[in-house]
Amino acid sequence: MTYTKGDLINLAILLIVGVVVIPMTISSGYWYTSILIPWLCLALATIGQQIIMGYTGQLALGAAGFMAAGAFACFNLILRVPGIPFVGALLISGLIAAAFGILFGLPSLRVRGIYLMVATLASQFFIIWMIDKFGWFKNYDSSGIITAQDIVIMGKPFTSPVEMYLVIVAVVTPMTLLAMNMARGSTGRNWMSVRDMDIAAESMGVSLLKTKLQAFAISSFYCGVAGALFAFTYLKSLEPVAFDIKLSFKVLFMVILGGLGTINGAFIGAAFILLFPVLLNYIGNNVFHGAIDATIISAIEQVVFGVLMIIFMIYEPLGMARLWETTKNKVVSLISKKR
Amino acid sequence: MVDQLLFFIEVVVGGLLAGTMYSLVALGFVLIFKASATFNFSQGAMVFFAVLAFVGFMQDFNVPFVLAFFLAVLLMVFVGLCTERLVLRPLMNQSEDTLLMATIGLGYVLEGLAQAMWGVEVRRLDLGIKDFPIPWIADNLKLFISAIDLTAGAVAFGMIIGLSLLFKYTKMGLGLRAVADDAGAASSIGIPLKHIMLLVWSAAGVVALVAGMMWGARAGVQFALVDLALKALPVLIIGGFSSIPGAIIGGLLIGAVEKVLEVYIGPFFGGAIEGWAPYVLAIFFLLYRPEGLFGEKIIRRV
Repeated sequence: MTYTKGDLINLAILLIVGVVVIPMTISSGYWYTSILIPWLCLALATIGQQIIMGYTGQLALGAAGFMAAGAFACFNLILRVPGIPFVGALLISGLIAAAFGILFGLPSLRVRGIYLMVATLASQFFIIWMIDKFGWFKNYDSSGIITAQDIVIMGKPFTSPVEMYLVIVAVVTPMTLLAMNMARGSTGRNWMSVRDMDIAAESMGVSLLKTKLQAFAISSFYCGVAGALFAFTYLKSLEPVAFDIKLSFKVLFMVILGGLGTINGAFIGAAFILLFPVLLNYIGNNVFHGAIDATIISAIEQVVFGVLMIIFMIYEPLGMARLWETTKNKVVSLISKKR
Repeated sequence: MVDQLLFFIEVVVGGLLAGTMYSLVALGFVLIFKASATFNFSQGAMVFFAVLAFVGFMQDFNVPFVLAFFLAVLLMVFVGLCTERLVLRPLMNQSEDTLLMATIGLGYVLEGLAQAMWGVEVRRLDLGIKDFPIPWIADNLKLFISAIDLTAGAVAFGMIIGLSLLFKYTKMGLGLRAVADDAGAASSIGIPLKHIMLLVWSAAGVVALVAGMMWGARAGVQFALVDLALKALPVLIIGGFSSIPGAIIGGLLIGAVEKVLEVYIGPFFGGAIEGWAPYVLAIFFLLYRPEGLFGEKIIRRV
């Protein structure tokens, strides 16, 4: 895969901002623990959902289930395999989640649309139930909430917010690049041909079996890694309830509002879904001075998400990523016209 | 032996009656799917919205039962009107998946609105029917069947018969079926598409209200109703999306099977398998018969 000069410059700028500028300028832990860390973790999960939904066109609704599989796999690997490196545990948990993805992706060979959605709902409910009911997964902890182990890489613990943030950046960056490459390469072409018209794709020699299962595996790999990171850095605990169907819906919204079939849309969508409630709470506290009940605020948040979803479906099915592109192009053409 | 058999029958009957509740939600789904080929994911949210409004009118404004019911019906018609105008019409001729996602958004709006208007606490709904075993049946047949389950079953049964008759024998039902078959052709021979859509969404709203009342009377009116209503999806897969009898039989089947599994197999796995058993059952159905028991065969072309 070749990159244009512009791509490389963009990447370099992003990396410098992400790895050098942010850790040097932002010192408040709040920014890391409440915004940057969950944003990157959820964006990674959203990329996973994006691969299966935006690129391969399979309506799956079980991202949180695969995230839970990854999180608990990581917990058990670190607990039971002595001396396992954190990154190794992370990758293996991704693979375990991928195995679940293949298993629950099997129905996609027969069905599509809402039928598939129901089949993937089975994975959501089944995985959470399995973790909840078999004590082994939770190391027979009776309290229901397990504290996640500290992240230790090469003997050095990464426990402060900035350090954990850097770990996440180190995982998310290569995985994002990989996802972009896959999407632009023949793998992604196959996914998209299945999305646009699976029967036509099949008659042109694209193996549906291979393509769909591959997409499910890669998608749940991303979700699994994201779930492990989410549990170890953001939640700092492991509880199956944190990965309920609401989280799956959240990830789905991030994909749709961000823009179906775009990788940067995953980041935009995750940022929006994460930051909008923060903004609403801020308005509630500072403009109305807490006169509005917190439950009302979260209800309003729900209404706004729903309305936005409908509006985007009607006017811009390609989401905020597309909106961003068109605005950028308009600005660029405006500037160049003036010259 | 006799005791065990009686217990088994009791479990099955309890499951069947609980299944009618799923059927009621599935029914609303089927109505909309039949007329507009839209998977209305918000049906569960409509159940919650409708019954919460009904309870809210009764408890917060002291509106009498009948009037509250009437107001809730009006509200659901209004919701149907807004949905038709603001969501469905702009999305006409879009792909199924787009419509499905729009209804997920609609579901979020309804859930949020309901909670913003009426609050989040669990409300009790007393329909005057007790959640007790009916003494006559308990004495004579040694079966413990709750009155409210039986009422729900009867109501569901009545609605199904009513709707089936409506579809089959009225001019309106004929219009509905024509639109379901081919919306373009139907509108070209003068069937008012907009009215039909409004009608169907309102009918689905009323079905949602009734389903919500039955469920609410049993488990309290609360947000969990939305998740419970998700179980209508496997019901639809088993029954087929476009079949009213399918919705009923699918609901009964899911209700009975999940109870039997829960009681007889659940203890080996620590229980609570009814959370996912219906979905897994649906998967097996999908692999064997993707169009459901009564659905029309799906034929796709390039």
